[in-house]
Amino acid sequence: MAKKITLNMITQRSVEEGVGIVSGKMSPEYFEACSIIEMHDDDVQALGLFPNQLVKVTSECGSVIVKSVKGRQTLYPGLAFIPQGVYANQIVPPRTQATGEPQYSGFPVTVEPAPLGEKRKSTLELVQGAVGLWRGD
Amino acid sequence: MVKKIENVGCPFCGVCCDDLVVTVSDDGKKILEVENACVIGSTVFHRAMSERHTLPRLRQPDGTYKEISYDEAIDYAAKVFHNAKKPLIYGFGSTNCEGMAAAAKVAEKAGAVIDNCASICHGSSFLAIFDNGYPSCTLGEVKNRADVIVYWGANPAHAHPRHMSRYSIFPRGFFTGKGHTGRKIVVIDPRHTDTAQMADIHLQVKQGHDYDLFDAFRTVARGHDIPAEVAGVKREDIIEVVDIMKKARFGTIFYGMGLCHSDGRNHNVDIAISLTRDLNDFTKWTIMAMRGHYNITGPGVVWSWQYGFPYCLDLTKRDIAHMNPGETSSVDLAMREEVDAFFNVGTDAAAHFPIEPVKRLRKHPWITVDPHPNMATEISDLHIPVGIVGVEVPGIVYRMDNVPVQYRNVIDPPEGVPSDEELFERIYERLCEL
Repeated sequence: MAKKITLNMITQRSVEEGVGIVSGKMSPEYFEACSIIEMHDDDVQALGLFPNQLVKVTSECGSVIVKSVKGRQTLYPGLAFIPQGVYANQIVPPRTQATGEPQYSGFPVTVEPAPLGEKRKSTLELVQGAVGLWRGD
Repeated sequence: MVKKIENVGCPFCGVCCDDLVVTVSDDGKKILEVENACVIGSTVFHRAMSERHTLPRLRQPDGTYKEISYDEAIDYAAKVFHNAKKPLIYGFGSTNCEGMAAAAKVAEKAGAVIDNCASICHGSSFLAIFDNGYPSCTLGEVKNRADVIVYWGANPAHAHPRHMSRYSIFPRGFFTGKGHTGRKIVVIDPRHTDTAQMADIHLQVKQGHDYDLFDAFRTVARGHDIPAEVAGVKREDIIEVVDIMKKARFGTIFYGMGLCHSDGRNHNVDIAISLTRDLNDFTKWTIMAMRGHYNITGPGVVWSWQYGFPYCLDLTKRDIAHMNPGETSSVDLAMREEVDAFFNVGTDAAAHFPIEPVKRLRKHPWITVDPHPNMATEISDLHIPVGIVGVEVPGIVYRMDNVPVQYRNVIDPPEGVPSDEELFERIYERLCEL
């Protein structure tokens, strides 16, 4: 049985994500900048991941496949980071504590190795797929 | 002869760098070089000409887009406004104040809710500022006076790449001639970020426990004892930082989404303001929100002047405005399915809202106004392209410290493509005819 751990997720900016935004959300720059997750080495080891392995991240409101990478910026064990944007927002809870602001940071997720054959989806497939407009590649 | 245009403003982040030098081709149509900008700002200019549409696109029954004229698009948009009971206009992070004022005129005429990206960003800051005041300053004062800088829940190395070099850590100002060697930098963040890398002291606060740590700071500042560890930070480290803060000549707390997006939201900002006020018993301290986009401060200023409220404006009673985040905020309206048309202007709600509100908004007509294709345009019923503010369209923008800056254009928009202001003025005129 595949290992699965629970982490505290934060989703915020990265400069690569900023370049991705202005390059276009359908650009390779955006895809590589945003479809990733960063975790502490202890958590990566607990999951038994090899570098750049795909993982499935699941929150109370959805799941997304992203690539586990070693970031230049480090976290403490138990904390995980996905850059803000299309991939993060597949799992960000929309609850706002009556302020209008969703729970972009500080929500529980489970992380597990992605099932065999699962790939990272394109931004278009994720967003158009969510609203019934996806027509395939 | 190529033309070098100096003192150009950058249309990306809230730092609003206005020292860019942009070289354009001799026919004035191509951007050849961008100097002084960060990697993001430079990409904004270089990408300006790519993937542009010069006509609006209307979704067809088979799901594809078909180009239509601007007159047809304006008629379509006006009719959507006219037929909707409660349309929502959202965005405005990336346009000028002139466009924001024109859109608000349409909102009032249509009986719409009008909201800006602060709704999912620094909206919590507004709530805290209403409750507790805003002892702030300008970035010029920081550059010229500040000798202690605190970044709390903010990562300018990534989100505002030139903030540290222009205003906070590195510049030599009037009373800060030694530059970074004369300043103490404290970073408080659950991650060891690239900004923390620049700091003299990094306190790794436990995520979501900023309020506890602010409370400990206030307690120590007032001379009381605290537990051995608060929010994952040791007592002696807290005492050391509070001591540095009390001994500052002039200090500034820059805070970001670490406070506004975590549990507590506005309460985290509220206590940050209270700490700033407490520190003013000892020396001069100020606080500033790290506003995200180059003119996301703009709608707060423009709409406050027009209607008395900065965001989450309910104009369904036309000239009687009210604001009540949680009720009139975009994500909450979407989740409760209270709006029946959505106008995405100068932002990308389809990428930056959680996916569930996107699904609910998409059950109704969705119109996107944006220069480039993005996630919102790709799920819209109608995409209306406009000129790029700061590249093709001039206008007023408000920097993160509420200082207005006049932006200029370096090239012209593609022929026939209007500015946001022109577009909304034309929608208003058509709406008046219906």
